[in-house]
Amino acid sequence: MALQAIAFYLMAAVTVAAGFCVVSARNPVHSVLWLILAFFSAAGLFVLMGAEFLAMLLVVVYVGAVAVLFLFVVMMLDVDFAALRQGFARYMPLGLLIGAFLAAEMVLVATTVSSQGAAGHSEGPLASGKDSALSNAEAIGRVLYTDYIYFFQAAGLVLLVAMIGAIVLTLRHKPGVKRQIIMNQVLRTPKTGMKLVNPNRGEGIEG
Amino acid sequence: MIIGLAHYLAVAAILFTIGVFGIFVNRKNIIVILMSIELILLAVNINLVAFSVYLGNLVGQIFAMFVLTVAAAEAAVGLAILVTFFRNRGDIAVDDASMMKG
Repeated sequence: MALQAIAFYLMAAVTVAAGFCVVSARNPVHSVLWLILAFFSAAGLFVLMGAEFLAMLLVVVYVGAVAVLFLFVVMMLDVDFAALRQGFARYMPLGLLIGAFLAAEMVLVATTVSSQGAAGHSEGPLASGKDSALSNAEAIGRVLYTDYIYFFQAAGLVLLVAMIGAIVLTLRHKPGVKRQIIMNQVLRTPKTGMKLVNPNRGEGIEG
Repeated sequence: MIIGLAHYLAVAAILFTIGVFGIFVNRKNIIVILMSIELILLAVNINLVAFSVYLGNLVGQIFAMFVLTVAAAEAAVGLAILVTFFRNRGDIAVDDASMMKG
């Protein structure tokens, strides 16, 4: 149990510190790298809770796809990031004020809920679902593909729409680039593709 | 020292606060704003998984998966909009982006 506590405090501290570095780093590339560290240690927290499948999903989806996408965009855009940070000190008091308010509210709610609300007696250890013979991934699959199959399909639809949207938004047709127009190729017949001419001597066929 | 539900909720609350703080502090840099939103969604996911494990109910983890899906879609579309915006204007300063007003 002590080992679990050490692991929890280590990963929680790394998550929080990396999260703070994300919002306070000077260089957005460093921000993305800190974000990756935050996701990795959050995945560690998930493993600690017993949600291994979601932890692997977090690593694959966030670190493998989203963070790399961020990195790609940050490096592709040629932006003067120093200019974007000019209001940092000016907005700091407002941000700190709102952050403090939010933290105070959540501490208030958490203490209330944990003392007399739905999560009363929350001091016990988390039951990590180890009592059942199923692994975490198998248990999730049994619920996801039966009771929540329509939601699963809808999630696929959301991803499809996002993919089409991203492609449509970033697609651009440069003028002056020769492209293959398949429809015109298919519609070509001998009548339109071939022409018999009887040229006059000394003149070209067509200008 | 037993690590219970309250510990995980505390981590999620701190992460959420950092995310909101990041949105307010980096008001000009939309890339960092998008990353702050990702942090907020990560905090939400930690909450969902913690409650799911605490209550012994897997639905919380399934909902966290859907949050993950929507977060990925949001990041993709947001970054695509950002790239288009950069192509049209040449920078990504969002505090004076008022093109939509006509």
